[in-house]
Amino acid sequence: MRWFSRWYGANPLHLLTMIGCILLADYAAVGLLKVKPVGVLIWFGGAVVGHDLVLLPLYVLADKSVMAVFRHRPPKLPTLPWINYLRVPTALSGMLLLIWFPLIFRVPSHFPRTTDLSLNPYLGHWIAVTGALFLLSAAAFALRLGNRGHRTAEYRHETADYGREAADYGRETAGQLPPSPRRPASPDSLSPPAGLSPPAGLSPPAQGLPEEFPPQQQLLGHRQGPPWDEWS
Amino acid sequence: MRDPSAPPGPFRRSFWRSPVRGPWLTSVFGLLLLVGIPVMFATGLLSYAAYNPNLSPFNDTTPGKGLLGFYLFSWPTHPIWLYRLTQGVHVTLGVTLVPILLFKLWSVLPKLFEWPSLRSFAHAFERFSLFLVVGGAGFEFVTGILNIQTWYPFPTSFYTLHFYGAWVFIAGFVAHVAVKFPVMVRALRSRSFIAEMRTNLARTRPEPPDAGYLAPVAPATPTISRRGVLAFAGAGSALVAALSAGQSLGGVFRKTALLAPHDQPVTGADAGTVGDFQINNTARNARIDAAETGETWRLTFGTDDQGSHAFKKLSRADLLRMEQHTASLPIACVEGWSTDNQTWTGIRLRDLAALAGVANPSSVLVQSLQHGGGFNKAVLSGTQLMDPDSLLALQVNGADLSLDHGYPARVIVPNNPGVHNTKWVGSLTFRS
Repeated sequence: MRWFSRWYGANPLHLLTMIGCILLADYAAVGLLKVKPVGVLIWFGGAVVGHDLVLLPLYVLADKSVMAVFRHRPPKLPTLPWINYLRVPTALSGMLLLIWFPLIFRVPSHFPRTTDLSLNPYLGHWIAVTGALFLLSAAAFALRLGNRGHRTAEYRHETADYGREAADYGRETAGQLPPSPRRPASPDSLSPPAGLSPPAGLSPPAQGLPEEFPPQQQLLGHRQGPPWDEWS
Repeated sequence: MRDPSAPPGPFRRSFWRSPVRGPWLTSVFGLLLLVGIPVMFATGLLSYAAYNPNLSPFNDTTPGKGLLGFYLFSWPTHPIWLYRLTQGVHVTLGVTLVPILLFKLWSVLPKLFEWPSLRSFAHAFERFSLFLVVGGAGFEFVTGILNIQTWYPFPTSFYTLHFYGAWVFIAGFVAHVAVKFPVMVRALRSRSFIAEMRTNLARTRPEPPDAGYLAPVAPATPTISRRGVLAFAGAGSALVAALSAGQSLGGVFRKTALLAPHDQPVTGADAGTVGDFQINNTARNARIDAAETGETWRLTFGTDDQGSHAFKKLSRADLLRMEQHTASLPIACVEGWSTDNQTWTGIRLRDLAALAGVANPSSVLVQSLQHGGGFNKAVLSGTQLMDPDSLLALQVNGADLSLDHGYPARVIVPNNPGVHNTKWVGSLTFRS
């Protein structure tokens, strides 16, 4: 058993499962690739490339760019997490477009002839839903701004804590500080982070881990690179 | 960053800085898909069974299925709303899962760039299964979503792609679940869901780096809480569902389906009449010639059992003089939309079989006047044609069928996929 695990990298059951599933996929792939195999493979591979290497980088970049643009504006902006009031309606509207773009842009031109239905309303529907989403978001933001009082103070206080904790955390993991009780609190605990005993998940990093925490990476909230460096 | 020699950029763990990304969050999305995907797969298999593909090559859109049709069974006629339900669920759940799938893929993106890319044979197999599951998911969702909008830019038939693609996808899915299920359970247990739901942004802390590869080692300041991410994805799903489910629910809900292909009253000749319900193939599109459906139209019916060729012809007036039956049945399309029950009146198919001299029919081949088109003929099973509610309908909702609903006569069978309820029927060939 042990030699097998060393050679293969997992237990024999893992190998059996993988072989079974790959054989099933092979069997189905014969039918899938019978006609125009190249075109079908392009569609299949395109699904991976199109999402992971095109769509996702694009929307992450858009998110980061907006954050970067507003970050350098004069600091009249409230400390509320305003980005979500922009992010959520934009993303929801984008998802609707992603799913229904053929109807919205009237791509299937034969549709009215086959179904006796019009393609005209969809663009209007999508714009109206998008408008409603942004209005709702604006209203929610206005409500938050209206009663921000102590909530913003609390947010400021706790995020300031977060920055200090993070800095300490960095120095500790880099071996510059003895472990202190002031660490990022586990969100499982609802009490304020200061004065917590170290949560189980964040006990001092295991041996060998420190390389994964170069000190320059530790100053949370202080970006080192251009905005696209930060793929949240 | 398992290997310090990883090339810079996304291959290093420190590149991925989202403070909310981590095994727990991924596992919540994984759990949702673990429930949703099997429902999608099962309802998809049921839809294939609903065409009764083993009955005739005319019914089988994927004749090379081989062992993949192992589960097929004779599709029942009751409950009459079964196909309406299963296919409505298949399509509505499909679009509803899109936001969940997108969030899940976002949450695991660092794994795509994991370094070293291949650690062992086991790891190589796993990565290949991931190609199947990610490629398969994209492939199935894209082909399905384009098909329900009647756009077919595919290299080959939608049925071929969506059917075989589903099996490739599910093979990768099973492998992925087998490997990751224990990881998911461990990650879900690592944090309390209720506590997460009570953790606001200010108190949100990253999952600890040793929780797993997906947890950030150099997290940025959070801009959203974990409960915020879940609410974000949930709002996406709720919105997509709310804007499309109405085309399957029908009634007043159809008006809420602002972004779904069959969300409006029809615009043609049926608008505002008793025939004002959804169709997918107008007479104009099917190139039905008015002359063919006029006074000269005759229903040809009979049997070709044992090489015999005994066929009779009846005019529409002859048919109207026969015993009429009424059945209240919906039309349910493979594209997920359906109509409310409509009141159909016509002659029972089993009465026509008896008139043709076939005492115990096992099937009937229904041929349309439509020239060409994938579904201008269909074979119904003995169960289907012997059902007392299976009709050759001449009227709907108290009025003669309109041309778009299949005048002079159409088939309507309970719980039958819409495309097998053949319109503009020209002939019926019963076989015992």
